[in-house]
Amino acid sequence: MRGGRESGNPADDQWSSRIGLTVNGGGHDLTLDNRTTLLDALRERLGLTGSKKGCDHGQCGSCTVLLDGRRVKSCLILAVTLDGREVTTVEGLAGPDGLSPLQAAFVAHDAFQCGYCTPGQLCSARGMLDEVTRDWPSAVTGDLDGPVELTDAEVRERMSGNLCRCAAYPNIVTAIRAAAAAR
Amino acid sequence: MRAFRYHRPADVTEAVALLDADPEAAYLGGGTNLVDLMKLGVQRPGLLVDVTGLPLDTVEPGPDGGLRIGATVRNSDLAARPLVRRDYPLLARALLDAASGQVRNMATTGGNLLQRTRCAYFQDTAKACNKREPGTGCAALHGQNRELAILGWSERCVATHPSDLAVALVALDAVAEVREPDGPRDVRLTELHRTPGHHPERETTLPRGALITAVRVPPLPFARRSTYLKVRDRAAFAFAVGSVAAALDLDGDVVRDVRLAYGAVAHRPWRAYRAEELLRGRPITAELAAQAADAELAAARPLRHNGFKVPLIRNLTVRALTGLAGSVRP
Repeated sequence: MRGGRESGNPADDQWSSRIGLTVNGGGHDLTLDNRTTLLDALRERLGLTGSKKGCDHGQCGSCTVLLDGRRVKSCLILAVTLDGREVTTVEGLAGPDGLSPLQAAFVAHDAFQCGYCTPGQLCSARGMLDEVTRDWPSAVTGDLDGPVELTDAEVRERMSGNLCRCAAYPNIVTAIRAAAAAR
Repeated sequence: MRAFRYHRPADVTEAVALLDADPEAAYLGGGTNLVDLMKLGVQRPGLLVDVTGLPLDTVEPGPDGGLRIGATVRNSDLAARPLVRRDYPLLARALLDAASGQVRNMATTGGNLLQRTRCAYFQDTAKACNKREPGTGCAALHGQNRELAILGWSERCVATHPSDLAVALVALDAVAEVREPDGPRDVRLTELHRTPGHHPERETTLPRGALITAVRVPPLPFARRSTYLKVRDRAAFAFAVGSVAAALDLDGDVVRDVRLAYGAVAHRPWRAYRAEELLRGRPITAELAAQAADAELAAARPLRHNGFKVPLIRNLTVRALTGLAGSVRP
């Protein structure tokens, strides 16, 4: 955090801050109004419009991104708190050879209709599968000490922070389980 | 949203001094509640003091057993700790039953305890609310109050405390380590939150500027036999309409010791001391569990729309205790 005094605009001095943020591997030096959420910084300042604004209150999950590898809701994070951090958005999920296996599974299993929630679903699923790899339990895990088996019920509970207005849920569950099995 | 200044303090002392010096300052933890309330205009801080960079993010076993949980430990990290899952299942369950995976990755231990009520009237700046604006009245008292309090409320406020984690910590007799402008102090979790009385705007017993730096959970070997049961309006990602945290210590089928706390019934997590007292020394049965819950709920004063919470909490108490007793006769 280098503080607002270096922003070069004395009028905005105390209300804005300057941060360094890595997004999808690229560095950005940004001076932002302190009120700017990560979601608005991504969409309005960096032109990364893959992350979607649904409810803007942390309830729908369409703004989900990965922060230092963990899934979070970018609409409830103030961007100025993220100096030095790394963000991955849906635009950063694909590799040089094309879609990631998770993205390919969403296509193969028709895991969307209108597609508005899909960027959030993908980022959330990516973070969720890493949590399963680390054997994090969920509310529906029977044995808190045992290894986690990724059943349909586990996928549904773990993805409950992502709403789909088209109700493509059955195919989302299928796609995520297919991607998990292929890991 | 009102414009605000932003500062990352170098240490706890600076953080507390900043809050103490500026009545419009607020601490920022995970932001999952505060940022939302700022968008709604319910909270309008002029300065945010971001405490997430302070070195308060470790979970350590206590010297004599137990746990010390740093205030900025994220809910998901705490729930995933093998020590928590093995020795304090009620704690892990309470955390995992709350919010969503993304929110748990953000929300902190201290912030969870100090989150604001989800009373719809508090969150709507067009409605009368003594908690948001003292003296304006309580639109919930005779409004849609299905989710609200049955115990300990006042004419001024019928809001409930929304935290699941706090209910489990109250059952465990946890202690908050607090830094106040005058120095450090320990506050028992059972004494951290208030009933509303004449001042619903005061939600805790902490003075202005106080910062929770850690939560100590004392050793409680029988907490390995513990659980958290939560009823909500949908299967996931919702606040409780009623919840029970319970730990049970049996000698044969006789209750040697028990811990019981209720959530979503009052302005504070509700430790069921009366029920505990009635249970100790008696053989555990469904009938006894129901009697104990009835004794605790004798003081309940349901509102127009939430009378269902009384049998709900009673039934949850029976299910929790008989479930923990396992093979004991139903």
